Amino acid sequence: MSGGIVLLVLLGIVVVFALWLIAAYNGLVRLRNQLDNAWSQIDVQLKRRYDLIPNLVETVKGYATHERETLEKVTQARAAAANAQGVQERAQAENFLTSTLKSLFAVAEAYPDLKANQNFLRLQEELTSTENKIAFARQFYNDATMQYNTRLQTFPVNLVAGPFGFSAREFFEVGTASEREAPQVKFQG
Amino acid sequence: MWELIRANRRRSLVLITSMVGVLVVFGYILGEAVAPGGGVIGVFGALVIWAVQMLVYFAAGESILLRSANATELDRDDSPRLFNIVEEMKIASGLEHMPKIYLIDEPTPNAFAVGRKPERAAVAVTTGLMHRLNRDELQGVVGHEIGHIKNRDVQFLTLAAVLLGSIVILANVFWQMMRTAGRSSSRSRSRGGGQGQALFLVLGLLFAVLAPVLAQLLYFACSRKREYLADASAAQYTRYPDGLASALHKLAAAQRGLNFDTKVTAPMFIVSPLEAMDGGGSLFSTHPPTAERVRILRSMAGAGLGDYEAAFRSAKGGALFPGAAAQTDPHAEKRPQSEEQQEGFALGQLRAMTHRLDGYVPVQCSCGLTTKVPMGYESNEVHCVRCGSVLAVPAVQARGEVPVLKEAPAAEQGPLQYTRQQPGWESFRCQCGYTLQLSPSFRGSHLTCRRCNRQIDIVPLAA
Repeated sequence: MSGGIVLLVLLGIVVVFALWLIAAYNGLVRLRNQLDNAWSQIDVQLKRRYDLIPNLVETVKGYATHERETLEKVTQARAAAANAQGVQERAQAENFLTSTLKSLFAVAEAYPDLKANQNFLRLQEELTSTENKIAFARQFYNDATMQYNTRLQTFPVNLVAGPFGFSAREFFEVGTASEREAPQVKFQG
Repeated sequence: MWELIRANRRRSLVLITSMVGVLVVFGYILGEAVAPGGGVIGVFGALVIWAVQMLVYFAAGESILLRSANATELDRDDSPRLFNIVEEMKIASGLEHMPKIYLIDEPTPNAFAVGRKPERAAVAVTTGLMHRLNRDELQGVVGHEIGHIKNRDVQFLTLAAVLLGSIVILANVFWQMMRTAGRSSSRSRSRGGGQGQALFLVLGLLFAVLAPVLAQLLYFACSRKREYLADASAAQYTRYPDGLASALHKLAAAQRGLNFDTKVTAPMFIVSPLEAMDGGGSLFSTHPPTAERVRILRSMAGAGLGDYEAAFRSAKGGALFPGAAAQTDPHAEKRPQSEEQQEGFALGQLRAMTHRLDGYVPVQCSCGLTTKVPMGYESNEVHCVRCGSVLAVPAVQARGEVPVLKEAPAAEQGPLQYTRQQPGWESFRCQCGYTLQLSPSFRGSHLTCRRCNRQIDIVPLAA
């Protein structure tokens, strides 16, 4: 009789353990998916910025005919960012694009007709917001990474994370040295 | 710390379960009090009441509130700025679906979130809010509402409200029974099983009196806790707690009541539409006192959930996330004020300098209005005309006194001192009423009042 009870208890323990394993695995999968989604969200916002820029350049061209150089810088920076390979290079190219846009908006301050143009104002708000969204997307990616890594490394999930094939992810940061330096991308002409 | 938010949700489940337990037990007692063996029917009746309530709330749900508020849906072109801010917060919080945005034509500033399922979430703001807040503040408010959506507060609080309603209904049923039993007393007594029944009657009485009160206290405590959680979430998403803090301050001072019924849905608003600035302190408030919320947000060292927890603990003594090991973890750096706001700030500094040249003392209120106090103004306090808060006029104190917000008048003949409160230009009044100024580069230990020739020690800014 007691053997039967012992068997039942053992079965119960195994079942509970199995349930916990399933929950732990699913939890890790959920967090990892959230992470991957966050990464692609960054791309979505960066792409939105690409799509807004030609419109902006056209609008400014009509009013600020003497600012050809600034406009070209923006266009070329955009192309460079679109073609960049690798995380580091891409992040640098994107940062450079941000700085060219900033100088374009600074230049636009000198043209009151342009500043009053509804289209320009709308684009300015859109671009400012897109910059914010890029920052927030990166922020969320880092938050999600922190959450995932923490879950991975705390007991008791850390015991099974390795065998399940989950590994810690890197945060999104441009290397500090290269961030501080003004990006030196050379243009032809 | 996110684990702790999830643990909070699990704890909420426990709370809900215990409220259901109370409901079921109450139903049983009622059943037994009516007729011995009728306990099961009583339970059944209680569950039916609950089911009906649930149906009403969950079937109608969001549309009732939005319709009664006359809310109109906005799309991107109607208000690109608001749309963009909501989208920014959606990204920062990791929400999967973009919430719908509604505008309510009301001069009172307020905002709320609805949505049982995250796919059906919606955020509504009043026109009063759009007029008064700048971009950082609007972002803070939207962040708070999105925090409610992300933490599933709407579902939770609706569930709690339904349970509370059911318990109250059962209590009313009991009182009704008592009235009818009193009228036909001979009939009920002749049913037999007198002593057991009497016990259940007593229990029923106890429940009918205590349960509604306890349930309400629980409900309001939960509601308040969720507000703090949403504040913490907003700080984390925006990385700029001061935005939400100054928005809350502006909002609380401007509450004049809304034109639609908000009694049941009050928890979903950012600031209680039912209470003014000083309110929110009682155990029956849906929101914590706004001054408290502002204080916690402003004293945060960073912008992460851990920073909020640390600020909460030092302000309130208790913990928001009980069991949080390292309370400053996770820490996140605050971002700087957005450029739009910085421009306004520089202009404000310029104005402060011009005021100083006229001998006025500019007193900045957190609502944004600067009050110029002329030389010769008698009192040490002034009321902000926009929001009504009482501001202290920077003035000297007797030496050795600790500076407090409402400053006592300085000693008549004793030594005077003034404690610096900011590193920029600063104006304050001598006891004789003369306005003195300190420049940012002032490094001396004292200065002399030009009118009464008394020496005033200057206590530098605490490092």
